[in-house]
Formats: sequence, structure tokens, C-alpha cells
Amino acid sequence: MKNSICQKQVRISDNILRFFIYLSAVISVGILIGIIAYVAIRGVGAVNWQFLSTVTSELKGTFGILGNIVNTLYIIVISLLIATPIGIGAAVYLTEYAKPGRLVRLIEFTTETLAGIPSIIYGLFGMAFFGVSLKLGTSIICGCLTLTIMVLPLIVRTTQESLKTVPLGYRTGALGIGATKWYMIRTIILPSALPGIVTAVILSVGRIVGESAALLFTAGSGYYLPKHLFSHVLKSGGTLTIEMYLRMERGEFDYAFGIALVLVVIVLVINALTKVITNSMKKSAQ
Amino acid sequence: MEKTISLSSKGAVEDKVGSSNTVKEMSVKGGNRSKSFSEEFMRIIFTVCGFAAVAAVAAITIYMLIAGVPAIFKVGIAEMLFGTVWAPTAAEPSFGIAYIVLTSVVGTAASIVIGVPVGLLTAVFMSEVATPKVAKVVKPAVELLAGIPSIVYGLLGLLIINPLMGKLEMAIFADSETHVMNGGANLISAVLVLAIMILPTVINSSETALRAVPMHLRQASLALGATPTQTIFKVTIPAAKSGIITAIVLGIGRAVGEAMAIVLVSGNTVNVPLPFNSVRFLTTGIVSEMGYASGLHREALFTIGLVLFAFIMVINIIINKILKGGESNEK
Repeated sequence: MKNSICQKQVRISDNILRFFIYLSAVISVGILIGIIAYVAIRGVGAVNWQFLSTVTSELKGTFGILGNIVNTLYIIVISLLIATPIGIGAAVYLTEYAKPGRLVRLIEFTTETLAGIPSIIYGLFGMAFFGVSLKLGTSIICGCLTLTIMVLPLIVRTTQESLKTVPLGYRTGALGIGATKWYMIRTIILPSALPGIVTAVILSVGRIVGESAALLFTAGSGYYLPKHLFSHVLKSGGTLTIEMYLRMERGEFDYAFGIALVLVVIVLVINALTKVITNSMKKSAQ
Repeated sequence: MEKTISLSSKGAVEDKVGSSNTVKEMSVKGGNRSKSFSEEFMRIIFTVCGFAAVAAVAAITIYMLIAGVPAIFKVGIAEMLFGTVWAPTAAEPSFGIAYIVLTSVVGTAASIVIGVPVGLLTAVFMSEVATPKVAKVVKPAVELLAGIPSIVYGLLGLLIINPLMGKLEMAIFADSETHVMNGGANLISAVLVLAIMILPTVINSSETALRAVPMHLRQASLALGATPTQTIFKVTIPAAKSGIITAIVLGIGRAVGEAMAIVLVSGNTVNVPLPFNSVRFLTTGIVSEMGYASGLHREALFTIGLVLFAFIMVINIIINKILKGGESNEK
């Protein structure tokens, strides 16, 4: 009966492999749940109103991350103000203007390369170029310019993807009734690609919020509130991640976990936002 | 504007244009200068934006070379790349980065060996085994894993993995007199953190590759009597080979370049990369010393950055080659 085709042969190797597949999936999801749970449990004790709404004071011996929150906002806003137009421009050039060929391949290769360069290299480059050569020193603006280059590939690629989904009929239609190219891009292409562009911006915010190595030697570690709105960009300013690193170095783990919790919550919100936008995109596409 | 064709005779237009006489922009023939100027201007703007990435890569390459090369010649190529003593602040400074480079290579390789199987099998689970509903839960989880800041991984590694390793170290080296205890801040801890950090990269890319495998290959395999598991390992994974290799190479890039997650976890002393030694990676060397380095020390740190940059460029070129190969195969 052993070789009967009616009897299903049980393969032990199949079961073992199947076990490993399930095990891997459980490990991957388990790590995430573990991280979020651990950070939440350890961090929730440190987060209170004073933690979020005051600036660290050596005099009073209190700790607060408001200065770091403001610095992070500064860096997000300025970096995106520079990177978004350039990134959208590059994506428009690649999809609407450029003819396939060596130049496009070069641009796409360099964009991929930028995406692959580790943040510590950006940090070194930013320090040497913006900090020393352009004499910006260790300042928020130096960090912003460094991060601009870092998020550029993300914006270019995401925008490019959404530009590619704009139907060809829109373009031929617009050009057919006499619109010029720039008029077509301005009134037809960019509005249709808007959800993709918004996604690109949100993803970049996530990238900037989580960045630390590129900012350590470019934006520095200041934690004071801005005295003047604009001159603050020339001062050293540490983001949440930098402050967290400094606290870890000093062994003040409760504060570090508090900041970690804030960061994880921001990441969760950003992920949820991108999900909502991509879902609404899919719905409108149908 | 004698060439202007007045449209005022046409009733429909007349209503809109009304009594105004400014209908000269309605010319069908003449070149509208301001319009063609803005067209040309925007074309130039977009082109400039397009080349921003090229300019950035060129600038980074040039700056890394300018900042990193001088120290090599000041110290001596052989002495720097093959020297094992890193003592930049000693009375007689020595700048050997051999152990640092070796640590990065060994650490990355080990994290790939641990991370890739887990990542690949998770991707298999998502694309081949799980029902769409389950896959819909796992995918956002993986995306979240990718979004968590590296410094948070560092904190957890420092407070969870390090103490565990510390206990293990105490047990193993209890009688050893030569071993320097470092409380679990060692190569294994760093490798484990790196292995977790490359998971999302590996999972996402290999899942895309697995999903791109045509359904008829699987159907043919199943029709021939292979079990679903055999189909996965003998048909689907080999068919997605080039995509999976890309995933591995991307994972290598992520592991080589990671700095903040492992700077405190790895112990940060220049050492032979043995499992229980406190070690220093290319990235962590830069992070921990750049703050106070000056003169030749600073230049030597840029040289470490240059070595890292060289690794990354090689990885990028490999990915580019694989992707191109994949495209030409499809054609």
C-alpha cells in the first residue's frame, strides 16, 4: 500500500519548510509588536505635559523637548520647501520632457545612487560642503540643505510614479485642443498627480523625523527655543532623534524612551496618513 | 497686429468677449512671444531640476575624494589600509583601519546570513502562503518596521540585546583571564540589530519579485504533482532569483551604512571582529569621533567615510547591473 496513489504522501521536508515560513512571518511581525509595546510601556511614564511643552532647564533641573520639537519642525519645513519643487521638477522633466536615452539613464542611475547613500555619508558631505565650504557652520540651515539632497530621490521617485499613472489621453487631449506644454502640465498633469505628490511629501516628513546620522554634525544639538523666527536657522538645533541619542549616551534612558515613544507615534500617524491617501487614490482611479 | 483675425463676427464668441477690443491674443498664426518665452523658461527650469540629482552625486563624490584622499597619502596607503592599530590621539598617532573595515565586512555578512532567510521566508509567506486578508495585516507591519527611526532600534538593542549578551558573556568567559568583559556590547549584538533593520528592505523587494512570477509557472508545477511547498522552493523562488538578489544587495547596502542604531550597541573599541569582542564599524567610528576630531585625525575619519562611500558605490553599480540584466531578460 505504500506506493498507492490514493494515499496522500506526507512529506516531512514540506512540513519543516512550512514551519520555517510561518516562523519567519511570526518573527517579523512579532519584532514590530515587541518594539512598539516595549517603547510604549517604558516611554509612557516619561511623557507628560511638562515633557512636551517646556525646554530643558539646567537651572531648575527639568527636562522638556519643546525646543527639539520646534527644531524638527524647522528642519522639516525648510527642507521640504527646497526639496519638493526640485523633486517635482525633476520628475516632470523625466516623464514629460526627456527623451529616453543616455541622459535619462544617467539621471535615473544617480537618483538611485542618492537613495542608496547612507545618511552618515550625507552627514560628512553636509559638514564639509555646507558647513565648511559655504561657511554655514553647525546650523539648522546646514542640516536642512543636507536633508534636501537626502529626500530628493524619494520625492522624485514617488512623484514620477504618480505622473506615470496620469492617462496619456489627458495629455493628447490637452495638447489637441491647443494647450501649450507648460499650460498642460500646470492645469492637467500636476493636479491629477497631486495625491502622489502629497504622499511623497508625507514620506519625506517621515524620513526627516527619523533621521539622525546626517544631522549630528550638520544641525548640531542645540535645544533652545528660537529667539527670532528667521535668525534661528543659523543657530545649532538638535532634532528629537539627536536629543534621544544624547540622552542615550548619558544613560538617561527614561527620557530616551519618552522621545522614542513620541517618534513612534509620529511614524504611526505618517503611515496611517499615506494609507488613507493611497486608498482614496485607488478609489478615484476606479 | 494686422494678422489678427477678429472673432467678433462670430456670435457665440461675441457674447463672451463683449465690447472689449482686446482680442489680439486670439491669433491663430502669430507666435505669442510671452507664451513661448514662458514655455522655454519652464522647459529650462525642469531640465535644471532633472539634473539636480546628477549634480548632487557629482558633488558628493568630489567632496568625499577631496576630503578623504589626503590622509591616505599622509599616513601611507599600506599603513592605513592594512594597519591594525587605531590610535589617533596617542603621542605617536597611528591610523590603521584594517580592523574597522574588517568589522564592517564581517558584521554585514553575518547580519545578511541571519536577516535574509527570515526576510525571504516572510516574503514567501506574504505572497504565496497567506490569504489576502492575513497578508493585508502583515504588509503594513513590515512598512512600519521600515519607518521606525534607526536610533530607536539602537535604544532597544542597548537595553534588551546587550544585557542578554552580557549574561551569555559572563557564562562563557567566566574563567577566561584574557577576555575583556564589555557588558554585552559586542559584535553579536550589533549583528542582531542590523539583521532586524534589514528585514523590511529584504521583505519588500523579495515580495515584489515573488509576486512578479507568472502564475502559469506555479500552475504547471502543481499540475505535475508537486506539492505547494515544493512549488515555492523549486519553481517560484528560482524564478524570482534576480529580484531576490537585488533584495539581498539592497540589504547589504542598508547594513553597511547603518550608523546610529549600532554605535552604542557595538561597544565601539577597535578590535578583531570576533563574536564577543567590542568592535567598531566604519560608520560608528565616524559618529563617535567626528565630534572632537581635528587635523589629521579628522582627515582620517573622512578617509573612513571614503571607504564606506566606495563600498556603497560598488553596491549601487551591482544593483544597476542586475536590474538592467533583468530588463533585457524580459525583452
